[in-house]
Amino acid sequence: MIQVVDVYKSFGQLQVLKGVNFQVAPREVVCVIGPSGSGKSTLLRCINQLEKTNSGQVYIDGEELTHPKTDINKIRQQVGMVFQLFNLFPHKTVLENITMAPVRIKGVGRADADKIAMELLGKVGLTDKAYVFPGKLSGGQKQRVAIARALAMQPKVMLFDEPTSALDPEMVGEVLAVMKNLALEGMTMVVVTHEMGFAREVGDRVVFMDEGIIVEEGLPQEIFDNPQNPRTQTFLSKVL
Amino acid sequence: MPWVEVFGMGILDNIISQNGYQVVLRNFGYFLGGAGYTIFITALSLAIGMFLGLFAGLGKLSANKIIYMLSTAYIDFFRGTPLFVQIFLLYFGILPVIYDNDPVSSAIIVLGLNSGAYIGEIVRAGIQAVDNGQMEAARSLGMNNRQAMTYVILPQAFKIVIPPMINEFIALLKDSSLVSAITVPELMHRGDLVFANTYEATWVFGAIAVIYFVITKTISVIGDNVERRLATD
Repeated sequence: MIQVVDVYKSFGQLQVLKGVNFQVAPREVVCVIGPSGSGKSTLLRCINQLEKTNSGQVYIDGEELTHPKTDINKIRQQVGMVFQLFNLFPHKTVLENITMAPVRIKGVGRADADKIAMELLGKVGLTDKAYVFPGKLSGGQKQRVAIARALAMQPKVMLFDEPTSALDPEMVGEVLAVMKNLALEGMTMVVVTHEMGFAREVGDRVVFMDEGIIVEEGLPQEIFDNPQNPRTQTFLSKVL
Repeated sequence: MPWVEVFGMGILDNIISQNGYQVVLRNFGYFLGGAGYTIFITALSLAIGMFLGLFAGLGKLSANKIIYMLSTAYIDFFRGTPLFVQIFLLYFGILPVIYDNDPVSSAIIVLGLNSGAYIGEIVRAGIQAVDNGQMEAARSLGMNNRQAMTYVILPQAFKIVIPPMINEFIALLKDSSLVSAITVPELMHRGDLVFANTYEATWVFGAIAVIYFVITKTISVIGDNVERRLATD
């Protein structure tokens, strides 16, 4: 489903990704963990080309995003993304946040878009918030709306960039629960996270990154219970 | 503008000196007619300024080097030279070459060009004040740059720029008094004429100041209302 081949990325002098190779199979849930500054968010943002890669290729469903002739907007419609800081549109109601992209880009009729949006709001447990503005929501509610907004485009893949890092602790659970349901429905997901419990329970595979490379990857049990690389061991001993 | 001219006769009565209070009272309709010109000129200049400013502001954010340089040169010139100089330069120098120019249309063109430069900077700052995450969220949903601008960035920038735009609106209205120098029959010009006939400086210019103030205060009250109505949280 996703293929990242030998990707390099630097910001000025700072080299953030130093040759990353990475695959995600359909219906797979991959959790990316690692210390801050290790390049995991950058890797995620390179997958939908919010960050342009310096070299290397990224493929989604066989289409090369890094090819200059590729219509990146077309592919992004199939790749949902959830941000650490939600990035809801503050000038639109919750419902309008969800329907904007289907109506404006895909040309879905407003009535149909509203119906889909209400179903998605039901799925994330926020039907009663359809007509309020994002400013009135708690962090956890905002993030659930953001997930619904991404799902409204019916993506094949969902990317999560530390979706619970900006939340108060008591709101982390509600967001993770929505993500877990999504995983159970068979959504292909890449999750950059510090929630080791989630990675262990929901992840099909865990990828550990450090200093711009993938240091180790494997089944959650292998990584968490029996890490091979000393850097993985050091990191896990600090966070677990 | 016939409704302006109705009041045009008052000035003839001012040849004989009389006390200032009566001068103002006698010419009040004449002043209000001038205020009509002031508002008319300011409104049209502002329309031109907003149109130019939107493009100049977007141009300053453009990745296209030529568009960026054109926008920058335009803003630099009209912000970097005195409005008074621009009025004379265009009215006596450049515009007569282009068409048979009259004071009122020249005033509207110069004030429009001048305010466009300031509004360009307001627009640029407003767009940049919208959080970068908004653009990323829009793009991640598959919008192209123009869709993201139209549906996500500009509506939010619009709200941000209302206070500085009100500021610019008020500044433009006051600056329009400078076009009295090219005989546009607006408020300041009419005050000047009445003063020249009566020498009642304090009464005449005091009345002119009060009329300007009432107009600018009205604008700022309307602006506050718009701002309050657009608030979402």
